[in-house]
Amino acid sequence: MSREKWRLNPLVAVLAALAALFFIFPLIGLVTGAPWGHITSVITSQTALQALELSIIASLSSTAIALAFGFPLAWLLARGHFPGRGLLRGLTTLPMVLPPVVGGIALLLAYGRRGFIGRPLESATGITLPFSLAGVVVAESFVAMPFFVITVESGLRSMNRRLEDAARSLGASRRTVFLRVTLPLIWPSLAAGLVLTWARALGEFGATITFAGNLPGVTQTMPLAIYISQSSNMTDEAIALSLILVLVSLVVMVFRRDRSGAQ
Amino acid sequence: MLHADIQLQLSRLSLDVAFSVGAGEVLALLGPNASGKSTTLRALVGLLPLDGGRVVLDGTVLEDPAERVKVAPEKRPIALMFQDYLLFPHMSAVENVAFGLRCRGTDKKTAREKASQVLARLDLEAVADARPGSMSGGQQQRVAMARALVTDPKLLLLDEPLAALDVSIKTNVRRLLREVLRQSRAANILVTHDLLDAVALGDRMIVIEAGAVVQTGTPAEVTARPRSSYVADLTGVNLLRGTGHGTVLELDGGGRLTCASPAAGPTFAVVAPAAVSVSRERPEGPEGGEVNTWRGRVSAVDLMGDRVRVRVDGTPAITAEVPPAAVDRLQLDEGGDLWVCLSPAAITTYPQ
Repeated sequence: MSREKWRLNPLVAVLAALAALFFIFPLIGLVTGAPWGHITSVITSQTALQALELSIIASLSSTAIALAFGFPLAWLLARGHFPGRGLLRGLTTLPMVLPPVVGGIALLLAYGRRGFIGRPLESATGITLPFSLAGVVVAESFVAMPFFVITVESGLRSMNRRLEDAARSLGASRRTVFLRVTLPLIWPSLAAGLVLTWARALGEFGATITFAGNLPGVTQTMPLAIYISQSSNMTDEAIALSLILVLVSLVVMVFRRDRSGAQ
Repeated sequence: MLHADIQLQLSRLSLDVAFSVGAGEVLALLGPNASGKSTTLRALVGLLPLDGGRVVLDGTVLEDPAERVKVAPEKRPIALMFQDYLLFPHMSAVENVAFGLRCRGTDKKTAREKASQVLARLDLEAVADARPGSMSGGQQQRVAMARALVTDPKLLLLDEPLAALDVSIKTNVRRLLREVLRQSRAANILVTHDLLDAVALGDRMIVIEAGAVVQTGTPAEVTARPRSSYVADLTGVNLLRGTGHGTVLELDGGGRLTCASPAAGPTFAVVAPAAVSVSRERPEGPEGGEVNTWRGRVSAVDLMGDRVRVRVDGTPAITAEVPPAAVDRLQLDEGGDLWVCLSPAAITTYPQ
């Protein structure tokens, strides 16, 4: 079957071009506005390096937490049969649509020093979450994990479960079925979920600043550092730090496109 | 040797069937859609737990709910070839075939070698390293067959193995399958809704409808004396039910037939469509007149090969087979009424 000759509708072309430019112009702005003359000194400043390090540690930790706890949750939502499953899905994926600052306040009320979990936690173990690196990870997990849960759940739902039956009939234990059949088949969703979650965690601002504060070297991640630079008229630093985040995100997106394109 | 007594209550089906299959024997399991054929196979494999009954294979109890015995699916020496093959899309043909061996403890190298041998036997060397997505339907079918055969199962279950194939290659694959089954030392069950598959491949046949066995026997016995309209439709004969009073058969839906041989009690009567004669005028002569002559309305005319089948709705309704020339002569395309006439010798009766 040969497809009909592809013809470009002018209206579609113009609208699509406008949409593309809408995204491209801000990037051009970042690149042209960057303080290229002294960019190395800005990027290697202690504030910048500390923020970058914190961002990477916190976002990777949140992604690991999403994998460890979000996967079982996605499994339960996709495969479980129990009353209230829809409600559970709604509650656990609510942070996707919730304004992050609201999430931060909610986190304070639960896990803050006076929160109904935070207070007994502190008196029992001495651990306090707010205004610590652990607090940053909690805030980022709260906002980012739902993306992982929902992506993996839809991957589990769309796979042909009868392939698991086939594997069992061929002598595979439940463990082997999971490792050799289920996992490879949902791998694209799993990878997409990890990337989305990590990107969301990397960019997290509202919940982090509300729950973990803005302590340089402790809880000040890249987005926070950028915001502070911008609002204290250190525009050059803000732009340089932004460029770093753009670069990191771009590398991941391109890498991911290549991988999924090869499948 | 398999002894199976399967009782299962599902939302849309209540299944209660019992049968045995010897080693090396092929049991063809025939039935209409949703009659419980695939469900029976899933139960044998252990993917659907039984509510009652017992499954024993070569003296080992695989499942017996009353005794709380249930061997896990992966521990049963059974292979199931699925109707839609269910090949693993992320594995090559040889990996698909080696999968079962690997799961049952064969080392990687030996498993690959054995898998390659079976693939070669089924003429699949060329696609050994290809993934299912890039194979033809016929190749996928044979890879699925190889995957089922390679573990040397004691019970081989084939769920509609030829149903998804192109008509053009069906005959060849059926021949290949017959060869494979002939060499098999397993108990074999072939699920099909194609009578030709059942006759060509089955040593014995079991017909199930709505979750219950309606007939068992050799393919010849079942086709010669159908006991359900499902089988009668497959073989293309008229099946009538009635009560015998000597040579007269009072039909269940009204009407009566005079038969050559006497019968008593609930009786089946089979009439080949070719033995039914039809005419526009009331038939005359020694055979016409009173005996087995009735009038009905033409409800369908179908061309079947070089014969034409005419459905006549009367008491009883019956299908006649006439040469194509008769369509013109009798003006069948105009519908209307026809006289049906049937020789008593053309009616075969047997008890219900």
